[in-house]
Amino acid sequence: MIFRFDSFQHFLQMDGHGGYVWSAYLIAILVMVWLVAGPLFRQSRVRQTVTRELRRETARHHSAGEAGKE
Amino acid sequence: MWQWFHRLGSPRWFYQTSGKWLPWLAGITFVLLLVGLVWGLGFAPRDAKQGNSFRIIYIHVPASFLALAGYYVMAIAGAVGLIWKMKLADMVMKSAAPLGAALTFVALVTGAIWGKPTWGTYWVWDARITSMLVLLFLYMGVMALQHSYTSVDAANKASAVLSLVGMVNIPIIYKSVDWWYTLHQPATIKFTEAPTMHPDMFHPLLVMIVGFYCFYALVLILNTRSEILHRERRSSWVKDVVLQNQR
Repeated sequence: MIFRFDSFQHFLQMDGHGGYVWSAYLIAILVMVWLVAGPLFRQSRVRQTVTRELRRETARHHSAGEAGKE
Repeated sequence: MWQWFHRLGSPRWFYQTSGKWLPWLAGITFVLLLVGLVWGLGFAPRDAKQGNSFRIIYIHVPASFLALAGYYVMAIAGAVGLIWKMKLADMVMKSAAPLGAALTFVALVTGAIWGKPTWGTYWVWDARITSMLVLLFLYMGVMALQHSYTSVDAANKASAVLSLVGMVNIPIIYKSVDWWYTLHQPATIKFTEAPTMHPDMFHPLLVMIVGFYCFYALVLILNTRSEILHRERRSSWVKDVVLQNQR
């Protein structure tokens, strides 16, 4: 197996087809990164919401407990 | 058998089991895609007729494969949800729609870019291309239906029916290059025949196709997991998962 281009310049230009090839790859990579990042962001958002609710719940329990003492 | 079916239908079981497999799947996917990408871009020989623009095949064909295979996944999940009222199947159907739409979009855009140096135009109303555009609209239709009902059950039922009706389009896409011989070239790879490509060109394509299958599974699982967490956020097991910061 050999590298088919004699220089990096040649690799970028691809005999005049560089613009087509690289833009196609770039678009595909961007879409794929977005596909992976999307659900990860969404998960961390849900986790934050759940954490906030849990904290609020414990605070409420706390204050309810103190109210019971008085 | 039935016990297994019920366990698989449990979102909690799916969430916890998939969490264990996820890092492995992600690693395998990343390595396959990286190897296929470098191989296809730099080491595969240039095409005698098309020159270097043919290298677009290494994303165009795998993306198109998965755009179609993803439709089966969505429609079958929809049918399972419709028949057995399985919650997890509905979530998989919902998760498959944006993923399939994105891959169809990639297939169409890379195809258009490839078309310019090869056919001299970005777009033609060729049978294959038009039926792929219909596929994109079907995916977008399911996504729209998911958001247009206040009741989750009604949304799932409507999306499942649409995805099953849309199955009609799939054989049309497969056969379009044979039925209407217009501009799009016939399939490069068929399961029933030896590939018409040179092995030096075919092997990186194979790596990319397997990589895209893994990528599809990875994103489908990620989407489904975030959907599970969102829908079950009030249940005690989700609270435990969040508290213990489990994957």
